[in-house]
Amino acid sequence: MAKLSKSPWIMHYDGSSCNGCDIEVLACLTPVYDVERFGIINTGNPKHADILLITGGINTQNKPVVEQIYSQMPNPKVVVAVGICACNGGVFKECYNILGGADQVIPVDVYVPGCAARPESIIDGVVKALDILEKKQAEMENKASSEE
Amino acid sequence: MGKRSVVPFGPQHPVLPEPIHLDLVLEDEKVVEAIPSIGFIHRGLEKLIEKRDYNDYMYVIERICGICSYMHGMGYCEGLERIFDVEVPDRGKYLRTIWCEMSRLHSHMLWLGLLADAFGFEALFYQCWRMREKILDMFEASTGGRVIFSVNKIGGVLKDMDKNMLESFVKEFDAMEEELKRLSDVFLTDYTVTSRLKNVGILSKEDAILTGAVGPMMRASGIAIDTRKLGYAAYGDIDFDIITSNACDSFARCEVRIGELFQSFNIIRQAVKQIPDGDIAVTVKGNPSGEAFVRLEQPRGEAIYYIKANGTKNLDRARVRTPTFTNLTPLVKILQGCDYADVPILVLTIDPCISCTER
Repeated sequence: MAKLSKSPWIMHYDGSSCNGCDIEVLACLTPVYDVERFGIINTGNPKHADILLITGGINTQNKPVVEQIYSQMPNPKVVVAVGICACNGGVFKECYNILGGADQVIPVDVYVPGCAARPESIIDGVVKALDILEKKQAEMENKASSEE
Repeated sequence: MGKRSVVPFGPQHPVLPEPIHLDLVLEDEKVVEAIPSIGFIHRGLEKLIEKRDYNDYMYVIERICGICSYMHGMGYCEGLERIFDVEVPDRGKYLRTIWCEMSRLHSHMLWLGLLADAFGFEALFYQCWRMREKILDMFEASTGGRVIFSVNKIGGVLKDMDKNMLESFVKEFDAMEEELKRLSDVFLTDYTVTSRLKNVGILSKEDAILTGAVGPMMRASGIAIDTRKLGYAAYGDIDFDIITSNACDSFARCEVRIGELFQSFNIIRQAVKQIPDGDIAVTVKGNPSGEAFVRLEQPRGEAIYYIKANGTKNLDRARVRTPTFTNLTPLVKILQGCDYADVPILVLTIDPCISCTER
């Protein structure tokens, strides 16, 4: 169990963000913030990921993409909405092509507000997500043992 | 003739943080044709002008893109200043120039890092981004924001930088320049790097004109056009050369951008030396009426802003033509006939900014 929360792998998808939060997510990986020292790795493959970081709101074109990425991730999985656009649409809320935040299509566990969200708060959000990840794993194990 | 197959690239791809989709038609290992499809980040920002007044829209237009955000805001403000027929005070113009060049520095360093990451040189990626963080710290010290810092307003800028701050920035840039010299040696002489970049993705001068390339992409094909030479903000008082290369390949694009980094240090040094005292903004009252065109040199190339006002507080139109949009045609051109393994690097050499393109 500790294996999971000691080295969670992250997958990042840019919904319809302005790049601001995306480069801050990348900045988390670079020497100043360096989340890799905690065993966090940014992976490009949803099948390797434990945590999905999603930036930007959802529009009609990327809705199926987000759904597909989420469904390809193995259980247990946690979704972190990074930036105010991913939380509820933010400045773009009234745009005709924005359906709303990421929770319109997939269940979101942690909301990280900010425009753009600062690397510190993104790391904080991921740390919160780790607890949820452990809880979900424990639930899965309980369910499996009760079925036996 | 080999067997044809279609390989999808994106919208979620490890090499690019942004979603773009390409259908790559392959013949064995060679790309025959690349068909881009866009729309994954389209939000409809230009239509939002109907719901926001012209002052509020400044904050929307900055969020077209988080990398070029400062320059988007500035282009919009310049347009409205032309409609209002007001002149920004000289100090305001110099401050704008300094922030513009800092934006260029952070954008080009970001690109160099992503390029290094694309050919698998992770240490180099980290070095570039480590340097970039210093510029973000300077942004934070001078404006309060790291990536989006809404410091423009119609008629000038909102924040001033005092002499101490400017001088400490110049000192920091001097140190950064020394560091960058070491890094640029790796990009320009290292065997691994050059073998991935040289003679790959050739865009001849004729093709660059025909496909309408802009920015470093065009300058790397030997065409010396730089909108900064039009003299907007304080660029008219500053002495700088247009950096070009005649090699036309991916390496040339890297070379041009590294040259521009050193040039930006120079421009900032000149601007700090020449900056006059005085006001940083003028007050603008009333509603705009009329139309204006503005051309700016963004890190990725020339951007055009068209603004049409009708005398009410809501504008009729705020149209942006972004550099990446025009650079997609040259991208499709250089992808034809390239190796499949080179596709990620070629996509990166245009320095794509998809959220600018789709808005």
